[in-house]
Amino acid sequence: MAEDKKNQQLAPVAIAGAPIGLGSANPKQGQRMTGAQAVVASLEAEGVDLIFGYPGGHAIHIYDALYDSKIIRHVLSRHEQGAVHEADGYARATGKVGTVLVTSGPGATNTVTGIATAYMDSIPLVVITGQVPLSMIGTDSFQESDIFGITIPIVKHSYLVKSANDIARTLREAYHIAKTGRPGPVLVDIPSDVARQHTVFEYEDSVNIASYKPTYRGNARQIKAAAALISQSKRPVLFVGGGAITSGASQLVSALSHKLRIPTVTSLMGLGSVPADDPLNLGLVGMHGSQYANMTLNRSDLILACGARFSDRVTGKISSFAPEAKLVHIDIDPAEIDKVRLADIPIVGNLSYVLESLLAQFENGVEAPDTQEWLADVAQWRDRYPMYHESLDEDTECIIPEKAMLKLSGMLDQESSIVVTEVGQHQMWAAQFIERSKPRTFITSGGLGTMGFGLPASIGAAFGCPEKTVVCVAGDGSLQMNAQEMATATINQIPVKVIVVDNSALGMVHQWQKLFLQERYSATELHDIPDFVKLAQAYSWTAERISKPEEVAGAFERMLSSEGPYLVDMRIPRDQSVFPIVAPGRALTEAVGAIDLGERVERNVDNESDAEEGRC
Amino acid sequence: MKHVLSVLVENKSGVLSRVVALIARRGFNIDSLSVGPTEDPSRSRITIIVDAEKVAYDQITKQLNKLVCVYKIQDLTNDAYLERELVLFKVNAPAEKRSEVIEIANLFRASVVDVGATSLTIEATGSEGKLEGMEELLQVYGIKEITRTGKIAISRNSKDA
Repeated sequence: MAEDKKNQQLAPVAIAGAPIGLGSANPKQGQRMTGAQAVVASLEAEGVDLIFGYPGGHAIHIYDALYDSKIIRHVLSRHEQGAVHEADGYARATGKVGTVLVTSGPGATNTVTGIATAYMDSIPLVVITGQVPLSMIGTDSFQESDIFGITIPIVKHSYLVKSANDIARTLREAYHIAKTGRPGPVLVDIPSDVARQHTVFEYEDSVNIASYKPTYRGNARQIKAAAALISQSKRPVLFVGGGAITSGASQLVSALSHKLRIPTVTSLMGLGSVPADDPLNLGLVGMHGSQYANMTLNRSDLILACGARFSDRVTGKISSFAPEAKLVHIDIDPAEIDKVRLADIPIVGNLSYVLESLLAQFENGVEAPDTQEWLADVAQWRDRYPMYHESLDEDTECIIPEKAMLKLSGMLDQESSIVVTEVGQHQMWAAQFIERSKPRTFITSGGLGTMGFGLPASIGAAFGCPEKTVVCVAGDGSLQMNAQEMATATINQIPVKVIVVDNSALGMVHQWQKLFLQERYSATELHDIPDFVKLAQAYSWTAERISKPEEVAGAFERMLSSEGPYLVDMRIPRDQSVFPIVAPGRALTEAVGAIDLGERVERNVDNESDAEEGRC
Repeated sequence: MKHVLSVLVENKSGVLSRVVALIARRGFNIDSLSVGPTEDPSRSRITIIVDAEKVAYDQITKQLNKLVCVYKIQDLTNDAYLERELVLFKVNAPAEKRSEVIEIANLFRASVVDVGATSLTIEATGSEGKLEGMEELLQVYGIKEITRTGKIAISRNSKDA
């Protein structure tokens, strides 16, 4: 009874594996058709109305069947990697499963980076690949690749379909597996002769896989023990990861934080789960997290980890990470428990369910911890070590990315905008300075760090949320990795806005070389090729270039008020570093470049050289 | 330490690759591996022996459990269990030594399965210790070739299948 009610309350993705479409009630049920038609009928029954892909010889029959579909819109990317990132951005923005259709061989291998990206960030995708006919598999035939074998380590599950009779069941299972439990990408490889066989289409609603039963309810005894431990803690912190967004637990995280007066910190994947302006939220932790968030996490005596996996980018040197903290670790994936940091109280389950039960404990008599002193300490760190200070970079003629991101942040509405990033310095500035207060409004490749993700992902997000303004913060390196997708945006009238934080360098690696490798800039200078404004214009985008601080506001305004896709090439000094930074392998407490107002308004870096010869 | 894992999986192509790839990726060497169908033809049992410390071992089993094709994992290491391995030895055995070699085979309850002009092929099953002992004795005559199946194991406790 309560079970059903609760299931309905949660985001549909988190628990219910059922089709969001008509399922077995679809009008094609029971009809005789080809395997290719069964693929399309399955997607329709599943409730898929949008797929991203690229055709080819061994996907041609599925594409032929797709030609008749009145339900499914197909978006032609300009590269299969772009198609996967587009489906991924769509999935992250909407919470639905993203669907990809590509051909065999190179079409399939081009999806690999996209699949790995989705796998690392637990994004639900179904990737359908054409394959050479069954009889030719293993003969090195034209456009053959063992995509099933190649993707084994980076998929949640995969199938090689050997009969048209298996297509409907396989796709039903694929969607079920992709979106339930800890979500992830599922690959379905369909040989072209299977697509031509005939079958009777039967789509089922429920899936029963004996070997796949995710745990949703947290263990009641563990939850009780966790409440007791929290109650006794003096310096507790809620460490919130991407799982909070996946499981739709954002409001519960805030509710717990406020009820118990516990500060929150978030991983990169957790940004947006807790309102940025919530006074108890300290935002990003880790390598480029604020000094105050890192200090709070590191000096805590209890970490309540909510759907977070203790990535090395968060913990720094693990042996000196939060040495006094006990850990209550809530995750739907049992393999995350004890993987990096041993948990004192592990709770395996859906975060929403677990937090609900945990809140109930405190509503039914368990005392909230006394965090007054702790919060006073935290507030003091927050005042003393701000992420940025306006008085820095005052006399420069150049655009300062921190300031530009703050500017952009102020111009974006929390409800009606989505920020997507590429990977690198600009990604960290965006994460640090663009405030996000709603889940699924900050989209970034966290785990794999895939350059080339941002532009296609923003296109996918815009397809999923046409009512929202989608802004992609890019770098001049990353953008070039999938720049061809600008065509996809133009042709489909997708008005994405791209800000190229352009320093003519592979900025993050350049920064590491500057800070850690004696300024030996091996292979990190990009020069000023291409001209991004002309490139964008070649794709029929509107574009402009800015290089002076006073041009920023106007350009952003023009960009945000434009109707079509728009690119701002924002030139910044090559030498600008992302601060603070915890050097790889160092402890969280050893950040460099943090501002300390207790001494003077300056970054604590020794060798920060001046901006290069006036280049902006 | 060494762990004997009995992994019940779907009997389908690609399943063994998934299991082995997962273990290899975490940097563990598989000491022994054998696979075959079970009483239920839709399921296979993989017996794996790996050498790993506790935290790493826990991670392997959790990751294996996550595979959709894995039904169940039993760690037999600390339970009462039976293990067996089958070995075929091809041993130098000229006519004058033949009876000696056969005698050794008999002592180990092994059987001679092929006889050539100068060699014998012996089939033996048993625990690792027994088979090693036999190998040592046969070495005196010169072993031309050995092939072994890898271990299979089963718990003595019949309550969990």
